[in-house]
Amino acid sequence: MFKILKYSFYDLIRSRWSYVYFLFYLALGFVLLFLNNDVSKAVITLMNVIIVLIPLIGTIFGVMYYYNSREFTELLLAQPINRRSIFMGQYFGVAGSLTLSLVLGLGIPFVLYGLLRSNAIFDFTLLLVTGAFLTFIFVGLSFVIAISNENKIKGFGYAVLLWLFLAVVYDGLFLMSLIIFEEYPLDTFSLVATALNPIDLSRILILLKLDISALLGYTGAIFKKFFGTDLGFLVSMAILLLWTILPILGLGHKAKRKDF
Amino acid sequence: MFLSHPNHKYILGLLLFLIGLPIWASTWNICSDCKHSSIKKTIAIANAYDTLLIQKGTYREFEILVDKPLVIKGIDYPIVDGEKKGEIFRIQSDDVTLDGLFIINVGVSYTKDNAAIRVVQSKNFLIQNMVLEQLFFGIYLEKSSHGKVYHNRIIGDAVDEYNSGNGIQLWYSTDIEVLKNHVQGTRDGIYLEFSDRITITDNVSMDNLRYGLHFMFSNNDVYSNNTFKNNGAGVAVMFSKFITMKNNAFRKNWGTAAYGMLLKEINDAEIIGNTFEENTIGINIEGSNRIKYTNNDFIGNGWAIRVVGACYTNSFKANNFLYNSFDISYNSKLNDNVFEGNFWSSYTGYDLDKDGIGDVPYRPVKLFSYVVNRTPETIVLLRSLFMDIIDFSERVSPVFTPDNLKDAQPLMKTRP
Amino acid sequence: MTIEITDLYKKFGKNQVLKGVDLTIDEGHIYAILGPNGSGKTTLIKSILGMVIPDKGHISILDKPIKKDWRYRKQINYLPQIANFPPNIKVKELIHMIKDLRNSPSAEKELIEHFGLEPFLNKKLSTLSGGTKQKVNIVLTFMFNSPLIILDEPTTGLDPRALIHLKELIQKEKARGKTILITSHIMQFVQEMADEILYLLEGEIYFKGSIEKLLEQTGQNNFEHAIAAITTTGNHV
Repeated sequence: MFKILKYSFYDLIRSRWSYVYFLFYLALGFVLLFLNNDVSKAVITLMNVIIVLIPLIGTIFGVMYYYNSREFTELLLAQPINRRSIFMGQYFGVAGSLTLSLVLGLGIPFVLYGLLRSNAIFDFTLLLVTGAFLTFIFVGLSFVIAISNENKIKGFGYAVLLWLFLAVVYDGLFLMSLIIFEEYPLDTFSLVATALNPIDLSRILILLKLDISALLGYTGAIFKKFFGTDLGFLVSMAILLLWTILPILGLGHKAKRKDF
Repeated sequence: MFLSHPNHKYILGLLLFLIGLPIWASTWNICSDCKHSSIKKTIAIANAYDTLLIQKGTYREFEILVDKPLVIKGIDYPIVDGEKKGEIFRIQSDDVTLDGLFIINVGVSYTKDNAAIRVVQSKNFLIQNMVLEQLFFGIYLEKSSHGKVYHNRIIGDAVDEYNSGNGIQLWYSTDIEVLKNHVQGTRDGIYLEFSDRITITDNVSMDNLRYGLHFMFSNNDVYSNNTFKNNGAGVAVMFSKFITMKNNAFRKNWGTAAYGMLLKEINDAEIIGNTFEENTIGINIEGSNRIKYTNNDFIGNGWAIRVVGACYTNSFKANNFLYNSFDISYNSKLNDNVFEGNFWSSYTGYDLDKDGIGDVPYRPVKLFSYVVNRTPETIVLLRSLFMDIIDFSERVSPVFTPDNLKDAQPLMKTRP
Repeated sequence: MTIEITDLYKKFGKNQVLKGVDLTIDEGHIYAILGPNGSGKTTLIKSILGMVIPDKGHISILDKPIKKDWRYRKQINYLPQIANFPPNIKVKELIHMIKDLRNSPSAEKELIEHFGLEPFLNKKLSTLSGGTKQKVNIVLTFMFNSPLIILDEPTTGLDPRALIHLKELIQKEKARGKTILITSHIMQFVQEMADEILYLLEGEIYFKGSIEKLLEQTGQNNFEHAIAAITTTGNHV
């Protein structure tokens, strides 16, 4: 697996898109820091970008990579390599290189700016950690979708739909159920509904670390009571981890049974 | 006019009186190894209009009753240590001056509001240059009038609301000036109840547990040029009329239930030239009518203005709204308030005729803030892509937010 | 026996592609797998390679069942039909990578020389023409010493010179006792190379035997015509 990972990774870090992605984050980091001059505010803006973009780019990149390397995959399948290793290797190659672009792209401007001496370092680290999780989750999901759909267009469509669902529609349904059931106590419901969607979970995790969490009011206090504790933090990390592992298991399962 | 206070005249009169009658006004020196070493005993033998000079040192005394007109002045900040046994100074006479004392260790009681300095049914008092520490209540004015609280430093170390007192409290008192004081670490920094015609100027009230300044049932008061910073909840103005609030700064009142200013049942007030910066809620308005908001700056608040309950005939003119998460939040579809000529940093319209006023009206109420008002739990969707999309579509064609709630003349540049 | 297949079934959706294929392939011969489009040639090859998982049936390679094992693929060199490689890797790196993945001794140097690929070694695969890619593909296939070689449309895009080299290469491997499976649409190439013809029709082995046997059975004297006529003569194996 590690050999495949190595080659996928090398292949990707040499591709134009990885550079575009990396440069995008680099530029974003520099612009935010040097126009804003405030690390904490930059972290907030970055959060908005990360919550929306990372899942989208992870999804698109994952699907694209899977379909583009299909013939190469077939070449590998004829080699004496375990099937699962091939897909795991490719998956970790894609997710790893995207994560690297993210970490370096944002890390360099922040380090240059003097993040290490700033209090925002923990917020920033959390930002990168959730960003990495989101990358792994969405690349994983897109791989599962791609491996389940021979048709490129279909696979691409489903992947984008999935992103749209988790990034937008889910929150819409969430909002509607909150309004419809406003007579009832909703704290537990909103806690659970948030935890179930990795995008929402990441958003809340970052928000709670920031000053802005005061805006969340009473509900925020309940969230803070849960997510703010070590246990809550561990639980949310565990959920993110679960979200990462499930697509990987799904990928392994599909890979074992699929005909090429 | 209720703004001008007559107590300067009285102080001048007092001074003339002291100068004019030197024959029987004498000065008493108090120090630990002098003939007079106790403040209490010296007051007992002093005559009205005498001066007590308290030399540097520590005086372990409490329940010091000042029942005759006296000037009690500390030299080099002598310490009056109440040893947590009870109230320290109780003034129960007109024409008393307290000056330059360092008062510590007021006794905390659950049944009595012990204060470092209590003024009861007195007029023409002057309390100045005092430093109060380790206190319960600081300066407590009870049914008194025409006095001045000037340039005192009140440093509390309050932790819980139930066993802490207010920094400066006015109860049934009128015509008093509260000037250039610094209050921190108490329950309410400055608290007014049933107190009219009070002027509160140039004070700093910060790090208090509850409110920096708190009005209840007090009318015709003016507070200006004060700074309220980092208090538990900010400033609360409740059940009062004709309050003027000018050029104050409300900063950093962050917290789940914090705001720069809370207005509750306030009528006919003027709020001019204040700065609200980085508060969870800049102004929280509840049942308040005929209020003029002019020339204020709202910068980086969660909510700049949050309107709860019925509020009629208020006008918001020439204010700057800069980078607030929500500019205005409303909980009803009805709007009887006027927004005009404000600057909104999130305004995206254009000005073709170059008259400095945007050609497209600005709608300051986001749908999200409307939704949050209805169902507070929805705030968990803050900064989600879904809400951004919904807000955008609502801004393009309002369905849920009051249709006439708009600034038809938004400024293109900030009001200078 | 190099390959032994018994009662192999495979269905894609509603489409029953293999309907009970029984086949034995002996060592040291060149087999051409032929059949009309959709007859199951590729599925059969992919089943042997483990890329397609059969619904039913049994496959043994070198006397070992292939189910749930991937190590047997060390014994196979496979040339896929469409050579599409990772675009950002150089030819040299790809060769190195496959070597690295297979972890077997290889003889790529001679092959590179043979096909004149030296000038392309430092070029990225995305910049190569189809023919050159196919040459790289061939190098990757033949550089290992495995007893079974499977070639799916090996002639695609090759210039005449390279084609001659390929034929030489196949003959050489045969001479070394290798078993070789070929699919091709170029009948001339098949006629020239194959010892045995396997004709698949509608998911079953319709004909198995030498070219001579085929000509004899169909009563044709031209190989190409014989193939075209094979279904009409109604001669089942």
